[in-house]
Amino acid sequence: MSGRDHGPAAVSAYGLHVTRGKHMLLHDITFTVPRGVIVGLLGPSGCGKTTLLRSVLGIQPAAAGHVQVLGFPAGSPALCSRIGYVTQAPSVYPDLTVLENLHYFAAALGLRGWRRENAVVRVVKDVDLADYADKHVARLSGGQYSRVSLAVALLGAPELLVMDEPTVGLDPLVRRELWGVFRRLADEGTTLLVSSHVMDEADRCDRLLLMRGGRLLASARRDQVLCHTGCGSVEEAFMRLVTAAARAEAAPRPARADRAPGPLLTDVLPDQGRSSYFATKARL
Amino acid sequence: MSHDFTAAPRLTGRRLPFSPGITLATARRVLQQISRDHGSTALMLVIPCMLMLLLKLMFRDVESTFERVGTQVFGIFPLVVMYLVASVSTLRERTSGTAERLLTMPVQRLDIVLGYSLAFAFLALLQAVLATLLAVGPLGLHIKGPAFLLMVVAMLGALLGLALGLLVSAFARNEFQAVQFLPAGILPQFLVCGLFVPRDEMSGALDVLAGMMPMTYAVQAAREAATHEGVTGVFVRDAVVVLLCVIGVLMASAATFKR
Repeated sequence: MSGRDHGPAAVSAYGLHVTRGKHMLLHDITFTVPRGVIVGLLGPSGCGKTTLLRSVLGIQPAAAGHVQVLGFPAGSPALCSRIGYVTQAPSVYPDLTVLENLHYFAAALGLRGWRRENAVVRVVKDVDLADYADKHVARLSGGQYSRVSLAVALLGAPELLVMDEPTVGLDPLVRRELWGVFRRLADEGTTLLVSSHVMDEADRCDRLLLMRGGRLLASARRDQVLCHTGCGSVEEAFMRLVTAAARAEAAPRPARADRAPGPLLTDVLPDQGRSSYFATKARL
Repeated sequence: MSHDFTAAPRLTGRRLPFSPGITLATARRVLQQISRDHGSTALMLVIPCMLMLLLKLMFRDVESTFERVGTQVFGIFPLVVMYLVASVSTLRERTSGTAERLLTMPVQRLDIVLGYSLAFAFLALLQAVLATLLAVGPLGLHIKGPAFLLMVVAMLGALLGLALGLLVSAFARNEFQAVQFLPAGILPQFLVCGLFVPRDEMSGALDVLAGMMPMTYAVQAAREAATHEGVTGVFVRDAVVVLLCVIGVLMASAATFKR
C-alpha cells in the first residue's frame, strides 16, 4: 500500500448513532481509516451509506458518538477546504460550461488569481476533461458529467475525497477509467472514501467498510476480509458476514461489558491507533 | 497533485457573515446562467413593459385612471416577475445538490443569498429602467414627482419579490409548489395593496391587514411619487419600510439554508 502513513488517521468514528425520528439510520458505527488508501463503503441500497458519508462531512446531525476527520472533529471549519465531496447526483450547474463551473467552484473555495487558474488547469488534466472544457455540462454524456463533478471536488487538492456512488449507472469502460483516476489520486497520497452498492467494485479498493441495515459488518483490508471469512470474493464474504451477524443476534447475548461497540471484523482499534490487531467478534 | 497545505486558500472573512469575493463570484455565476437562457431573460425584461402597454390601451380614454393605476403597478409587476424567477432558480440550486456542495466548501449561507440578490438586483435595475422609460416616454405617463422615483419603486418591488422568492424556495419541495405560493402569498397582497380600493376606504381590520403587507408600502410609495412634487417624507418612509422588509426576509431565507 502506497501513500503517507503519518499524522492522524484520515477518518475515525467511534460509537456513531444517527436517528431520524424513531428510525435508527446508523447503529453504533466504529472504524478507522488510515491515509492514502481507497476505502470502499459497500452495502445494499438504503443501508445508511450516504448517511455515514454525510456524518464524515459533518453535515449529518448525530444522536451519539464522534467522528474525527484528519485530526479535527467532523464538520469543523478547518476541514472545509481539505475535504472534497462528490454527491450521488453530480451537483454541478448544467447550464454552464465545464470551465465556468470549475472557475466558480474554485472561487467558492476562496482561490484567487493565478492560484485559481492553476487549480482549474490541474483538475482538467487530472480527470481528462480538456476536450470538453468549453462544452455545456448539460450536453455531456453521463460519464463526462460525473467527471466534471469529480473535478470540482478535486479543486482544493483535498486530502480526503468522499464520493457517494460515483460510478453508478456508468458503462464498464468509463467505470474502469474513473477507477484509474481514483488509484492515481490514492498513489499521490489522497485518501478516498467511495461508496457503492455494487460488490464487484470492492476488488479495486484497498480497504473495505461493509454495511448492512445501519450496522457496520467489517472494517479491514480487503485481503484480510477475504482471508478471515475464507471466501473468494467480497460478495461471498459479505453474505457470510450477514449470516454471522444474524446468528450473533439470535444467539443468547453475552454480558453487556463484553459487547464492545464496533463491527464484527476489524483490524484497527480507533482509540489506540495500533494496527495489526485483528479482532473478530463472531464465529464466521 | 501538490499537497502544499501551507499555501491552501486562506479562509476569507471568517469574522464577516459573508465573504465579498465569494458573493461576487456567485452573483457572476447566476448572471452567467441567466444569460444562457435567452427566453427567460427576454421575458423578464419585456413582460412589465408589455403590461404597461396593455394598461395604456385599456385606459386610453380615461387619462386620470391610467395615471393612478399606471404608477401603482410599478410596485406590483416587477415584484411578481422577480418572485417567480428567484423562487424557481434558487429552488433548483437547493434541490440539485449544488447548494449542499457549496456549503461543504468555505461558502457561507449569506454568500449564496447575497450573490443571488446582487444578480437579480442587476436584472431588476434593467427592468426598472426599461419600464420607466417606456411609461414616461411613449406611453405619456405624467407624474408630479421626478421620474427616477418610479425606477426606485420598481427596484424596491423587484427586490421584495426576489427576497420572498428566496424564502419560499426553502418551503417548496418543487417548482409546482413554488408557483403555488404566488396565489397564496402574493395575490392577497395585490388585492389589499390599495390598487382596487384605496386604503382609507377599507374597513379597520382590512386596513390593518394591508398595513402588514409589504407590497402595500411599495404601492403607497408609487402613489406618493405620482401625487407630490419632489421626494416627500412619506415616500422615504415607505421606501425604508420596504427595504427593511427585504433585508428581514433575506436574513430569514439565509437561515433556511441548512448546513
